[in-house]
Amino acid sequence: MTKLLFRDIDEPGLHTREVYERRGGYSALRRAMQMAPEEVLAELEASHIRGRGGAGFEMGKKASFLPKGKMDKFLCCNADESEPGTFKDRELMQKSPHMLIEGMIIAAWAAGITRSFIYIRGEYVLQADILDAAVAEAYAAGYLGERILGSEHTLSMVVHRGAGAYICGEETALLDSLEGKRGNPRLKPPFPANQGLYQGPTLINNVETLATVPHIISMGGAEYAKLGVENSSGTKLVSVSGDVQRPGNFEIELGISSRDIIYGLAGGPPEGRRVKCWFPGGSSAPVLTEADLDLAYDFDTLAKAGSMLGSGSIIVVDDSTPIVDVALWTARFYRHESCGKCTPCREGTNWTVKMLERIDSGEATPMDLDIMASVQEQIIGNCLCVLGDAMAMPIGSMIAKFRPEFEAHIEAARQRNPYAGEPPVPAEPIIMGAR
Amino acid sequence: MTAVPRFGHGSRVPGWDTAVDLDKDPMGVPDPATTEVPADLRAEIEGHMAKYPDRRSAALPALAAAQRVHGWCSPDAIAQVGCVMKLTPAYLIAVATFYDMLETQPVGRHSVYVCTNISCSLRGAQELYGAVVEAAGDDPAFNVRAFECLGACDIAPMASVDGVYVGPLTPDDAATLIDDVRAGRPVLPDKQLAHRQVADPDANTRDFGPAPSGNGGGPA
Repeated sequence: MTKLLFRDIDEPGLHTREVYERRGGYSALRRAMQMAPEEVLAELEASHIRGRGGAGFEMGKKASFLPKGKMDKFLCCNADESEPGTFKDRELMQKSPHMLIEGMIIAAWAAGITRSFIYIRGEYVLQADILDAAVAEAYAAGYLGERILGSEHTLSMVVHRGAGAYICGEETALLDSLEGKRGNPRLKPPFPANQGLYQGPTLINNVETLATVPHIISMGGAEYAKLGVENSSGTKLVSVSGDVQRPGNFEIELGISSRDIIYGLAGGPPEGRRVKCWFPGGSSAPVLTEADLDLAYDFDTLAKAGSMLGSGSIIVVDDSTPIVDVALWTARFYRHESCGKCTPCREGTNWTVKMLERIDSGEATPMDLDIMASVQEQIIGNCLCVLGDAMAMPIGSMIAKFRPEFEAHIEAARQRNPYAGEPPVPAEPIIMGAR
Repeated sequence: MTAVPRFGHGSRVPGWDTAVDLDKDPMGVPDPATTEVPADLRAEIEGHMAKYPDRRSAALPALAAAQRVHGWCSPDAIAQVGCVMKLTPAYLIAVATFYDMLETQPVGRHSVYVCTNISCSLRGAQELYGAVVEAAGDDPAFNVRAFECLGACDIAPMASVDGVYVGPLTPDDAATLIDDVRAGRPVLPDKQLAHRQVADPDANTRDFGPAPSGNGGGPA
């Protein structure tokens, strides 16, 4: 299988410029600088690479939306990887930071951008330190700064550390956070391509997307598009975690069977266990079951199956874990991370957690499932960003697919609960207003 | 800054949002003449401000720097950042309360974040968190928190100890982890993410072997 991003990943010292260049690094940049920006952009569009961050929007198209001409334009690399189950960008930035930097310089050249930022989550201390060192090396070697490789092109790059907020991975919240504000999402439109960072046109891409850019330039966009399947071109890093024997990052060509990833690469669930459900694209993706294991792992197939590829992180849950626990862990995460700007998300996440806790403590009835399902429907599509949807979709799918188990859990918890059964008869009749 | 007082069922206690003194003017930008800022903190904040087209962009790195000096975003820390950045305390507190890693109440010097998200919980993070809380006891030097996904599900269950990722952990590792921090030693060196040389997931099920000399995968 073709490996691009992970080809040399285990090479000792790949995070230094010296080793990266020895392995052919920065040759794509030299080639791109020989081409006109429009030609580079055309290569990116020809590759049909879809964004690796979650939304899956074509990168070349996004870059072409930026207004042309001389003005302050910005490039933001979204390295705020916080989606539960996702850790591919961490591996890339730790092992191969120059690949990301090279990709950013090429993308900036294509779109005529002179200022760039890497917004990395604050928890990634080691990776941010490595990036800082790599950016300094790139400046020293003349890849960054003024007159890059003797051309007229200028690019500055700043590594900006976040401080722990999942919502800052949402592109407009990231921009607010980068401007030094609370990370609240903005109303769209205007889209960042027109009015983003400091009100200027801004291109925002995920780490993996940008790190793929040098490979697209090296092999040519059309050649890259031959990898993978139609509408899902290229290779993809997949993070597999949860109840599997060999959790980790794997580079695959899009379109291979999901079973090959979960069983073949990650070793499947522990001995004697079966897959109960799996999140195909991070915790925001609706869950799929054992019956869906043979689906091809690409954007369109998963969307057709009612889920999504998202950030490409598979969380496998085996049959030893109650589905209510999984739902509760998921919902608690979104309750904690909701920024509180939109009511459906702020209240919906909170009440979903409360209802799930009530199920666990034996205070719920099967009717609560219907209420909970309707809460999820009220959230979807009613907020500025998709954080609320990201809880509503998996929880909704769990209720739909595992309803009997939820009902059994409710009944079992009611039996355990000392207050279950007939309501206690008060010793004295309660008369309103008697006291 | 104290937490909003709440009833047992979660709603806010009446009066939580009443200002102490309504006649008092809101606090402006701290006066440089009366606010003392440590020289190296000032230099660091000014360094951050110089990197951005808008100085306010430096709010997060500046608050993080002040927190390293003061231990938390104390009123003093906020005033010092406000003084250098020419921002009001209200603006900075609004920012500080939003982010998980900025502390708006006094906490222990050493932060231990135990990831309790889905992937880690599937592999025993809840037990691990309990064990770490127990091992730290009531030692005021520790700030043990159950944290949301730290992006290291391949080494689940894991924890971030003063920014250093360690995993996979078992509840038995909790005591060693706390002892290592107390003694100022590197935390569980054979389980540090930085010392993993390979992306190969097989490494998870094998021992990582002795830690390499130097700082492993870190920058030279």
